[in-house]
Amino acid sequence: MLYIKCPYCGLRAQKEFSYGGDATVKRPNINEEVSSEDWDNFVYMRKSPRGKHIELWQHIAGCRQWIKVQRDTATHEIFQTAKVTEEIR
Amino acid sequence: MSQPFRLNKEGLINRNKKISFTFNGKKLFGYEGDTIASALIANGIHLVGRSFKYHRPRGFFGAGVEEPNAKLQVEFNGHSEPNVNATEMELVEGLSATSQNCWPSVNFDVGAINNFLKMFFPAGFYYKTFMWPKSFWYKIYEPFIRKAAGLGVASIEKDKERYEHKFEYCDLLVTGSGPSGLASAYAAAKNGAKVILAEDKPRFGGTLLTDDVSIDNLSGKDWAEKIISELKSMPNVTVKNRSQVFGYYDHNMLVMFERVSDHLEKKSKFTPRQRLWYIRAKETILSTGSIERPIVFGNNDTPGIFLSAAAKEYMKVYGVLVGKKPLIFTNNDSAYETALEFKKNNVEPTILDTREEHSSELIDEAKSKGIDIRFSHGVIVANGYKKVKSAKIGKLNKHKNSFDKIETVDCDCICVSGFWTPSVHLASQSGNKLKYEEKIDAFIPDKKKQQETSVGAANGSFTLEESLKHGFENGSNISAKITETKAEISIPNVNEKKYGAHDKFWCMPLPKNENPKRFVDFQNDVSVSDIEIALREGYRSIEHVKRYTTLGMATDQGRTSNLNGLQLVSNIENKIVPEVGHTTFRPPFTPITIGTIVGREVGMEYMPTRKTPMHEWHEKNNAVFVDAGAWKRPRYYKQGNETLFEASKREAKNVRENVGICDVTTLGKIDIKGPDAAEFLNRVYTNAWMKLPIGKARYGLMLREDGIVMDDGTTTRISENHYHMTTTTAQAANVLSHLEYYLQIVWPELNVNVVSTTEQWAGAAIAGPKSRDMLSKLYPDLDVSNDALPFMGYKESDFFGVPSRIFRISFSGELAYEINVKSDHGMFMWEKMMEVGKEFGNQPYGTEALSTLRIEMGHIAGPELDGRTIPSDVSLNGLVSKKKDFIGKNSLGREAFNVESRQKIVGLIPIDRKSSIPEGSHIVQDQNAKLPNPKLGHVSSSCWSVENNNPFSLAIMKDGKNMIGKKFFAVSPLKNKSIEVEVISSHYVDPEGKRVRS
Ligand SMILES: [Zn+2]
Repeated sequence: MLYIKCPYCGLRAQKEFSYGGDATVKRPNINEEVSSEDWDNFVYMRKSPRGKHIELWQHIAGCRQWIKVQRDTATHEIFQTAKVTEEIR
Repeated sequence: MSQPFRLNKEGLINRNKKISFTFNGKKLFGYEGDTIASALIANGIHLVGRSFKYHRPRGFFGAGVEEPNAKLQVEFNGHSEPNVNATEMELVEGLSATSQNCWPSVNFDVGAINNFLKMFFPAGFYYKTFMWPKSFWYKIYEPFIRKAAGLGVASIEKDKERYEHKFEYCDLLVTGSGPSGLASAYAAAKNGAKVILAEDKPRFGGTLLTDDVSIDNLSGKDWAEKIISELKSMPNVTVKNRSQVFGYYDHNMLVMFERVSDHLEKKSKFTPRQRLWYIRAKETILSTGSIERPIVFGNNDTPGIFLSAAAKEYMKVYGVLVGKKPLIFTNNDSAYETALEFKKNNVEPTILDTREEHSSELIDEAKSKGIDIRFSHGVIVANGYKKVKSAKIGKLNKHKNSFDKIETVDCDCICVSGFWTPSVHLASQSGNKLKYEEKIDAFIPDKKKQQETSVGAANGSFTLEESLKHGFENGSNISAKITETKAEISIPNVNEKKYGAHDKFWCMPLPKNENPKRFVDFQNDVSVSDIEIALREGYRSIEHVKRYTTLGMATDQGRTSNLNGLQLVSNIENKIVPEVGHTTFRPPFTPITIGTIVGREVGMEYMPTRKTPMHEWHEKNNAVFVDAGAWKRPRYYKQGNETLFEASKREAKNVRENVGICDVTTLGKIDIKGPDAAEFLNRVYTNAWMKLPIGKARYGLMLREDGIVMDDGTTTRISENHYHMTTTTAQAANVLSHLEYYLQIVWPELNVNVVSTTEQWAGAAIAGPKSRDMLSKLYPDLDVSNDALPFMGYKESDFFGVPSRIFRISFSGELAYEINVKSDHGMFMWEKMMEVGKEFGNQPYGTEALSTLRIEMGHIAGPELDGRTIPSDVSLNGLVSKKKDFIGKNSLGREAFNVESRQKIVGLIPIDRKSSIPEGSHIVQDQNAKLPNPKLGHVSSSCWSVENNNPFSLAIMKDGKNMIGKKFFAVSPLKNKSIEVEVISSHYVDPEGKRVRS
């Protein structure tokens, strides 16, 4: 079971979180024209990298904040966590 | 009744307390502190089971977790458990053990014929033989294998025991209380670290209990006791015996299995049987010790053959002799300690040492005690079927590949030692890349991935001095990094015997024309020839050899077989062991009970139960409940002998004719506040929200980004910047997360807050033509006329002294209202409604009637919003704004969503107006068509229309409304039904929606 550092609450067990997918995907702006290709990329196309990956998790049984987690998908090592408003390089 | 193999004084058992038990029906006794194994051996019983494949007689081989053979069916404390390790299970009064995998008895086993037909059971036998013909598999092969190969029998009774889970955090977890574990825990504790020390056996001390050593002038055992009692007195230390750390998971999460009360005769009501600990440790010290490995020889599985250290443990811990005429067969010095122990107890051992004549401290001592030592000797084959009677031994030639001399000697046990294998299971599980240590012919931990450090024998250090030093140093250094305190500790003086070098010898050759079975893996019956066959047939990878031969795949995880298997493969392949590599170590290290994994999450505790504030009233009034997620909702209120069908019909009819009330507390409720709330709703819902006036509700539809309908519900504008959203019961949690996602990540610039208020409000729907009359009695001072409180209107008013919210919304399609009061007032509201509603014929109605009402109105719910439908599929395209953008809008233009023939919602009625259509039925043109019969759609919801007094269903069907008037079949192979149906509109009752506005 992973041990995830919520930027608001501190280290908590994975049980308290739910997974929310790739954090690098950016939704096209509301009320703006978007090409079908860009839209399809946003809705469906995801990379499945082996290694470092920035993901969204929600601290669902805690502060309910969505957070960013940089994790190695192969080893489960967590390098960094951040608020969603912060950047992970 | 005497115990022929019990020593008079030796051992740590409590001779003042006799414990009686039975084995295969025979009444026996042992002492408190015995295991089943030690008590049976004391009674001279060695034959305890039959082997897995060949049903060969098997006895004890080890004295702890390494035991591959002695798995028994054990009944105690009122339950029966299979595959119990006899060398670990402590004796309790009244315990009854039986042999398994034998029929009709352990002494006469029909399956033993397999042993004589062994040419039919080579490696890969199952793969080769049972492959064809395919039809034979279910009827002949599988039952045969199951009957022949079964281990114990799982109980079919409900497990009455209590199991618990515990979560714990510590600075340092130490796994194993041998010398290095004790030293580590002690040093860390002195530095102020929060320490957990886990020992899998009942007694602390590990090898200190059996080795002839002294530490600071105390015996090993006394020193261990001193350290343990000091550790126990420290508030920062938790010391646990009977606790096996069996799994090492990500981020330093270790899981430990504690046997809390299996050894107790009587226990209090709430004492758990076993407990699972989830331990998150900052650092872990693995002091798991090592396990002796056997030397392979002919018939090496005969009862009476033991690991040499196990034989010593039986003497020193249990005061039991494994035999009175022992042969000690060894390639190293450690077995000499066993020989000396026998000698001390007046038993004359003979030592067969594969090494050439030489000298060492232990050899010299054995010689001086007059023990018969034969160098360059080994056991070729053991004789005796159910017990060792003699052994054919041989003097090895110079190359150790044949014999200079062969003779037969009498013996009643053989104690074998092929040197020591560090227990690296936990280290390997943690991701540590092991390395092969030539010096000890075994793998030891190397490059770590997590915060773990192996010390002592687990790290390949086999001297006490080294183990203690490593333990103290690592315990101190590792904990000091956490506590930033370093206490002064002096490493004690040690007195131990020096061992000479071991012989890299692991398998006896066979004389010409002799071919007894030589087992590598006892539990899975894998012999040398099985592995040879696998290699001959082209298997190369050790992982493939393992799967083909089942080597190391039994419940003992190859603890005694792994390295010998690797040696064999590398010999044949002309490789060295590190090139062959090792197979993966997987948790659990030892078998654990399913009950422990499940813990308290059984029955009522399987998941939380959510009850509405009116639950007790429902219970008192014969409600039959249904699970809606974690909620309990009244499905119907049973009157007399009513069936579900009759009751729901009565309740629904009463709503259509008079008035009914329904507990709608379970609906998801979300409070939405902030100056941008309207803008937010406008983006979340498909329809327009910018102009909703204060005091008005609106029905809204929510999509996912892929255009699929996510949820529907009404949202009411309570005040300028305050909205009250309702969701379906099932989607409440998902919708909240969905809203939080957009507010926190996508549009953080919107000034809006959302919070769940589901638990804060109790809700009741009042539905039916007489609902307004009833409402006016509930609110005598409020104008509830159609003009003052129109459809989708909202008011706040006092309900007999408590604040309440009145929403004029309807799920039933009737004139209806929903009243919300604070949860604490829910019961008050409900009882008041029942009282006031009497004169209008009010009756409560449950979810079944609620479904009936919504289905015949054509209102969609979960079965229609099944994750595949877009708004136009369920006739809700009118709610999709063309002017504004919203979540999922861009997806609605996808080609597949706009095909004319797309499956859409319709109504169905049976042609005979009688047959109910099972939900899930498929709609087909021709009920007799060849399979696969082309499917035109499926039935999503079914009810008995109380309005029209015949069955009615909603269906999602190809071509949708274009099919109206046509006839099809709704077929349900599951219910064995085929019903001719006609397609009609999905709005079966009041299609214009007049009633809700009346
Ligand atoms: Zn948090």
